Amino acid sequence: MRFLPDDEQREFARTLDGMLASAGTPGVVRAWASGDHGPGRALWARLAEAGVFALAVPEEHEGVGLLPVELAVAFGELGRHAVPGPLAETAAAGALLGRLGGDAAHVWLPQLASGKAVVSLCVLSPGVSPYALDADAADAVFVVDGDTVRLADSHGPVQPSADPARRQARPLGGVVFAQGPAVTAAAAYAADVAALVTAAQALGLGRALLERTVEYVRQRTQFGVAVGSFQAVKHRLADTLIALEFAQPLVYGAALALAADDPAAGREVAAAKVSACEAAYGAARTALQLHGAVGYTEEPDLSLWIRKARPLRTAWVTPAVCRARVLAGGAVR
Amino acid sequence: MDLDFTAAEDAFRAEARDWLAARVPGVPLPSLETAEGFAAHREWEGTLFADRWSVVSWPERFGGRGCSLLEWLIFEEEYYRAGAPGRVSQNGINLLAPTLFAYGTAEQRARILPSMASGEVIWAQAWSEPEAGSDLASLRSVAVRTEGGWRIGGQKTWSSRAAFADRAFGLFRSDPDADRPHRGLTYLMFPLDADGVTVRPIGRLDGKPAFAEVFLDDVFVPDEDVVGEPGQGWRVAMSTSGNERGLTLRSPGRFTAAADRLASLWHSTADPGSGGTALGDRVADAVIGARAYQLFTYAHASRIAAGGAIGAESSLNKVYWSELDIALHETALDLLGPCGELSDEATEAPAHGSWAEGYTFSLAGPIYAGTNEIQRDIIAERLLGLPKGRR
Repeated sequence: MRFLPDDEQREFARTLDGMLASAGTPGVVRAWASGDHGPGRALWARLAEAGVFALAVPEEHEGVGLLPVELAVAFGELGRHAVPGPLAETAAAGALLGRLGGDAAHVWLPQLASGKAVVSLCVLSPGVSPYALDADAADAVFVVDGDTVRLADSHGPVQPSADPARRQARPLGGVVFAQGPAVTAAAAYAADVAALVTAAQALGLGRALLERTVEYVRQRTQFGVAVGSFQAVKHRLADTLIALEFAQPLVYGAALALAADDPAAGREVAAAKVSACEAAYGAARTALQLHGAVGYTEEPDLSLWIRKARPLRTAWVTPAVCRARVLAGGAVR
Repeated sequence: MDLDFTAAEDAFRAEARDWLAARVPGVPLPSLETAEGFAAHREWEGTLFADRWSVVSWPERFGGRGCSLLEWLIFEEEYYRAGAPGRVSQNGINLLAPTLFAYGTAEQRARILPSMASGEVIWAQAWSEPEAGSDLASLRSVAVRTEGGWRIGGQKTWSSRAAFADRAFGLFRSDPDADRPHRGLTYLMFPLDADGVTVRPIGRLDGKPAFAEVFLDDVFVPDEDVVGEPGQGWRVAMSTSGNERGLTLRSPGRFTAAADRLASLWHSTADPGSGGTALGDRVADAVIGARAYQLFTYAHASRIAAGGAIGAESSLNKVYWSELDIALHETALDLLGPCGELSDEATEAPAHGSWAEGYTFSLAGPIYAGTNEIQRDIIAERLLGLPKGRR
């Protein structure tokens, strides 16, 4: 057993981190929020070049996947830098079409892997959003309804989210192109991939929030000392770190279970999703509280991270459904 | 990255599982916090030792199997899954033994470890004093140099199971003129029945004599029972604090087994019509928490196998498992409803009182081995780099 990222996975994370750190993601997010997708699409192309989307596409469709562990590593960095766009949806669409095969896979997967296509996905099921994220920015929106899958014609009016970078819209119309148990199975797998990468994204987001807050409380002085020297502040940050540290192995464990097609993968993913997202949301609350009034203002870039945590918590399956899944199977393992 | 076990590790797991299935008592032993239970648990230590299961991670010459950390984790998973008794020798095995492996002499190891492994000698920790709890370095018990050894005096307290144990290890102030409180301390071992030692049991929250005060009046300790160099006691003691806080004291196997039992309890008692969702969520969180601790520990074991070490990270463990333990047992008691209040001594207590006993025991978790407040200070200062402040 070597339950640690290997050198190649670490290097991949470092490369993405370096690239995103210099990409000015706050500006990209603000543009995306205003409906200007240009900078976001440019960043999307760079992510594709770095190999992120190919991880969700099988080799026969010009990808290298599907590789859940590497996806988890990559999405940790996307979350750390608050990259906007239907990232989890594109990865999950890769999983869906890769399992389904057929014409849609031939047409869309190579474009998805190369970053030419930004894809959104909606899987109508309990505990999952009826909206397609960033449908207005997507080149294709797939909709799974029961045992059918269709490519939507259009979408309803954009509904702003608590996270300005998330723009929700109902997918409309489209013709069913596949139907049956294979669709149901592929959609369940895709939803697990979406939940896994959302969990990874949330963890990266939470770590960034913790790092920024630690930095802030070391600088900020009140009563003549750094506020980070107060025990109440320290203990809150310690608890935030604990939650993140213990969610991380659940995310990697779930990725390995998905990679091995383990029958318990769904429960492992549910455990990872709820833990990572609760930890990230806790980190956002800590960041907000310890930045004081500064944290409650929109202008600092910190707000872009804070506002993302709550929506990620319910994206791709709510905490309640995650816990019910864990419970349905008794012990996780 | 993988979570795979080798064929040898699988075989080891199967061997442990088979042995435990054949030997674990069908009815739980009486509480190890009582005289009767202590004796029964001591006997169980002997049963474990006879087939070399009491200290699997120790070298073979001391009664172990030379197991890797991962094999030890496997053993622990099987041990608690089998519902095997609590380990009455745990303070010796988990705290003193690692110290002896790091700082003891060959003579000390040969003399002390085999009888510790067999349960023949059971050790108590004598660290805290009435005025030195979290601020351990302020301790006042003294060790005064004498011909061939030391004479110790003072009072130790909250010493787990010292009322029944045979010997104790502790820290004593040997140099009152040292410039800092944590300098000038010496780590000593002494028999609890020596001349000048008075042990007075203290009832824990449920009245069981799990603790004791130890009064020391001019007790002679020979040089051979000093661990490490005189005056270096703080460093010697701190070398095991990571063990106490970290995974070796409370292995993930305890919690994965308890979470399994909790999930079974949920499935057997849950009434979906009675607002069971909130309780169900708590059961799920306990199951998830136990799995998280298990995977976190596998990652730790991987890091150690790759040449890394555990430092202040053990404080993350301590806070995590101690809070998980309480939450898990509170949830179980709530699932038991009005019967949850029955003490483990009640003849009709559910599951032979194991949830009630476990709950009482769990309440001590955030206090012993360094309070969780101290652990959070360590996490904040050493892992996050926050400035030291007033406690």
